[in-house]
Amino acid sequence: MTTERQLTVSAQVKNLAKIAEFIGKAATQAGLDDKATYDIQMATDEACTNIIEHAYGGEGKGSIQLTCHVQEEGLQVVILDQGSISFDPTQVPPLDVRAPLSERQRRGMGLFFIHNLVDTVEFKLNTPQGNQLILFKRKA
Amino acid sequence: MEVETKQLRRCDLVIARGRIDSSTVKTLKDAFASIKDAGRYKIVFNMNGVTYISSAGLGELIDTQNTCKHLFRGELVLAEVPQRIKEALDLAGLTALFKIFDTETEAVGNF
Repeated sequence: MTTERQLTVSAQVKNLAKIAEFIGKAATQAGLDDKATYDIQMATDEACTNIIEHAYGGEGKGSIQLTCHVQEEGLQVVILDQGSISFDPTQVPPLDVRAPLSERQRRGMGLFFIHNLVDTVEFKLNTPQGNQLILFKRKA
Repeated sequence: MEVETKQLRRCDLVIARGRIDSSTVKTLKDAFASIKDAGRYKIVFNMNGVTYISSAGLGELIDTQNTCKHLFRGELVLAEVPQRIKEALDLAGLTALFKIFDTETEAVGNF
């Protein structure tokens, strides 16, 4: 049995805190511990920041809809936007976590956290409904 | 998010409280910039009150460290890093790039 919570916000960075609070409440309901909650909050924050900066190309150009499905095994977060994705997120070069300071790239750090903080990540881009990012974080 | 800066005898102290995300990171960036622009490159960043830091914030730490370490003129060290943030730093391989101290006193004593 799953329960669902939904939030729609304007795609602006001022709403990132509100999004984090929303995810936090759903994570508690799903029985995630502190670390798992922080992880799914961070993954969602990074995803929403990428939507604002890249999919919409800037502040206030659309909306972000977040749907949390509280499941027996953990929490699923579905993030929907109507931005334009002009690149393939699976083709972004992976972050080199062992690069020395002078070679550290900032690009791709958000995607790195998304992929490494949750258990499953699925992109469905340029569908008739928009772009969907589905994250799942398992209970410990 | 609030940022406080103090110039000490041998280094500058930056204390942040709250969320560091793309809506607040400019405040942190400006705090570091004001110190670097004054020609000072020995900085302690006390993160005790930081509840969250996104990749945008981590990018500012990396940029500041790069500037500070250039020509061996100084460095940025971290103090009182919350456990969740330390885990994120570790995950991204960033704990290798910064000295991390349990207390502000020890961090200041590094300089």
